[in-house]
Amino acid sequence: MTLSEENKKQANAQRFGLYLGLASIAMLFTALTSAFLVRQGAGNWLFVNLPIQFWISTVVIILSSITFYYAKAAHASANISQYRLLIWTTFILGIAFILLQYMGWLAMANTGVYLDGNPGGSFIYVISMVHVVHVVLGLVLLAIVSIRTTIKSHNPDHLHKIGLMATYWHFVDFLWIYLFIFFQIKFF
Amino acid sequence: MSEKDIHHGHHEHPKGATITDHVHYQDTEGVIRFEEDHGHHDADRNKKNFIHTYIFSTDHKMIGKQFLITGIFWALIGGGLSNIFRMQLGFPDVPLHFIGAIFGDKWAPNGVMTPDFYNMLITMHGTILVFFVLTAGLSGTFANLLIPLQIGARDMASPVLNMLSYWFFFLAGLVMFISFFVPSGAAGVSWVFYPPLSAIRESSVGSETGADLWLVSMSFFIVSSLLGGLNYITTILNLRAKGMSMAKLPLTIWALLITAILGLLSFPVLLGAAILLMFDRSMGTSFYLDKIYMSGIGAMPHEGGNPILYQHLFWFLGHPEVYIVILPAFGIVSEVLAVNSRKPIFGYRAMVLSMLAIAALAFFVWAHHMFVTGLNPFVGSVFVFLTLLIAIPSAIKVFNWITTMWRANIRYTPAMMFSVGFVSLFISGGLTGIFLGNSAIDIQLHDTYFIVAHFHIVMGVAAFFGMFAGVYHWFPKMFGRFMNRTMGFIHFWITFVGSYCIFWPMHYQGMAGVPRRYYSHGAFESFNKFGGLSEFITIAAIVVFLAQLLFVFNYLYSMYRGKKMTDLNPWKANTIEWTTPINPGHGNWDGPIPTVHRGPYDYGKDGEDFIPQTVPMRPGETTHHG
Repeated sequence: MTLSEENKKQANAQRFGLYLGLASIAMLFTALTSAFLVRQGAGNWLFVNLPIQFWISTVVIILSSITFYYAKAAHASANISQYRLLIWTTFILGIAFILLQYMGWLAMANTGVYLDGNPGGSFIYVISMVHVVHVVLGLVLLAIVSIRTTIKSHNPDHLHKIGLMATYWHFVDFLWIYLFIFFQIKFF
Repeated sequence: MSEKDIHHGHHEHPKGATITDHVHYQDTEGVIRFEEDHGHHDADRNKKNFIHTYIFSTDHKMIGKQFLITGIFWALIGGGLSNIFRMQLGFPDVPLHFIGAIFGDKWAPNGVMTPDFYNMLITMHGTILVFFVLTAGLSGTFANLLIPLQIGARDMASPVLNMLSYWFFFLAGLVMFISFFVPSGAAGVSWVFYPPLSAIRESSVGSETGADLWLVSMSFFIVSSLLGGLNYITTILNLRAKGMSMAKLPLTIWALLITAILGLLSFPVLLGAAILLMFDRSMGTSFYLDKIYMSGIGAMPHEGGNPILYQHLFWFLGHPEVYIVILPAFGIVSEVLAVNSRKPIFGYRAMVLSMLAIAALAFFVWAHHMFVTGLNPFVGSVFVFLTLLIAIPSAIKVFNWITTMWRANIRYTPAMMFSVGFVSLFISGGLTGIFLGNSAIDIQLHDTYFIVAHFHIVMGVAAFFGMFAGVYHWFPKMFGRFMNRTMGFIHFWITFVGSYCIFWPMHYQGMAGVPRRYYSHGAFESFNKFGGLSEFITIAAIVVFLAQLLFVFNYLYSMYRGKKMTDLNPWKANTIEWTTPINPGHGNWDGPIPTVHRGPYDYGKDGEDFIPQTVPMRPGETTHHG
């Protein structure tokens, strides 16, 4: 086996493992949203209009995916200064998303929708909290990848790590869009 | 160059020169160092210190042994608990002062256990054996040990995640162990953890702190399973040796692959159920709770939840879970039967397809655990149909195991005995599954000892037999020594006969309506006639438990004093784990990884006893099985 082939095999395995991890996260949210659906069908359901903060946070997380996409492209074309700017912008947008979600929960509570009230509200709190946990995990990993790739000299192996990180980030972004739309629909 | 903390393999040197067989690792200052690795083999063990070799090891073989030894520890605890509550069922008023001595007199005043303590015992017995022993102990051990060795890989795709998988399991066990010793005791709401009992702290002693710790422990356990499963699948699909196509994989690997896929898709659902339950318990939400009036407390604040929702989520994991428990045993038994029958496994492809069919059906039958929840009868009939479909692939497997042994020159080793015993148990327990799969019969038998008998035989004891077969068979690969044969046979016969003595009579009790989970049946006139039978079952359970101590003794004795392995391939098997050195180092093969040329079951072909997978196909030779 040639040298690059073994590295490639390793890289492919890592990417494949990441996809499996995403599949299991997807199963977690499938379970939670199907419980949401079944419970909503049973009646006595308070439909919650999502506060404005959740709309803003949706825009913010989509923006962060876009900046991540261009950050990766900048790294691929060895434009490291642009990469640095974009990757840290992504990081800041990620923090902004978490803050906005927190403000969203406060706003819900201000309108009388409490965590321990009708399950219509409780589900939104719990599912969005579980999602935020995945964003926090993503931010920790993003911080590690960003620090490693910005303070070290340019390295083709970095691009692979950035690629894995980007896949996770886009997945968490997509997951939020799915949840956001899901919360807005009156199924029954 | 790589920036991973440790990276084996070949790398391009920055200046273009080639460096082979080095370990690159980064020290705390971020400087990348190179060290000679002697081609991935023996030196590893000597070079590293005790902690890296035995505790925070990233070698899949050591992690497999860690899972096995932790599993044996939990099996002794879980089995021991069953003996204690069987004493209550067999000899209701006989004082057992040692319980008070171990757990405090609060649980067994004057040596007679309290109902709350009984509930804790059955809950922990179920949880420990289903999750810690038959999931982590079985899959964890054999997936770690066998996957890289049988597919021809140096290690798992991510050795570090693999190590974390073990340590999350260890942490889960630690939390569960601690829960025995909190003032309100361990969880006592049965291993299925149904709300509202589990969701309201005040509902029973076993719903207090012990239940919180149970949920925390299970969350760690789920993380462990997911990390492990992710690694197993990635490794099997990406790191197979040259020539090892999927159609040449040993059935053990197929079984472990399918098991891991089931776990990866079903454990997150349990995590979801557990998260909602934690919120109901601690944050006052009403996911599973509706209006409840508690005597002594009054109306609870909850409103609008549905406890059946939990059952759907739980059994969406719970049913695949029983296949997570039994599939590795399928794989191990298939391998051991073929090797010791000196015949190819009958219908390799049918074996793989039937496992895939069982796995696929596993996700569409969960509601057969819920026939008495007020399920719509039409929905019930759909689940009956899907459940009974599982009989087809199961029957194919049984037929193929028997035809593999048919007219074979069988070599009776302890591993082989346990494999044959497995087939017997799987038939006995499987047939009662057909009874229970029919909703009309299940409504009568639900929550009786009939169901206890069914699942203990078909997934409890049978999976244990698969595990024993695997341990006896691969012990030489783990420790370079053999387990004692005579002790193995004694262990087999006591366990085999004893298990039937425990569980066969329970069918009759169940058909007569004796309910499970009851602390005492003495108050019911119609169940009193089974008192003698209950005593018999209890004595059988104690005898079987003592036989397991013999196994543990044999295991520990053979680790240090067992007959040494002198031949690389003592069972004359075809699979490539037997081409590694007697005590393989981290990296498994000293030289290059062998190339695979043929399937794993070429036994008795063209007049040859066996042809290892590494032997090239002769010109004009056709494949054996299909």
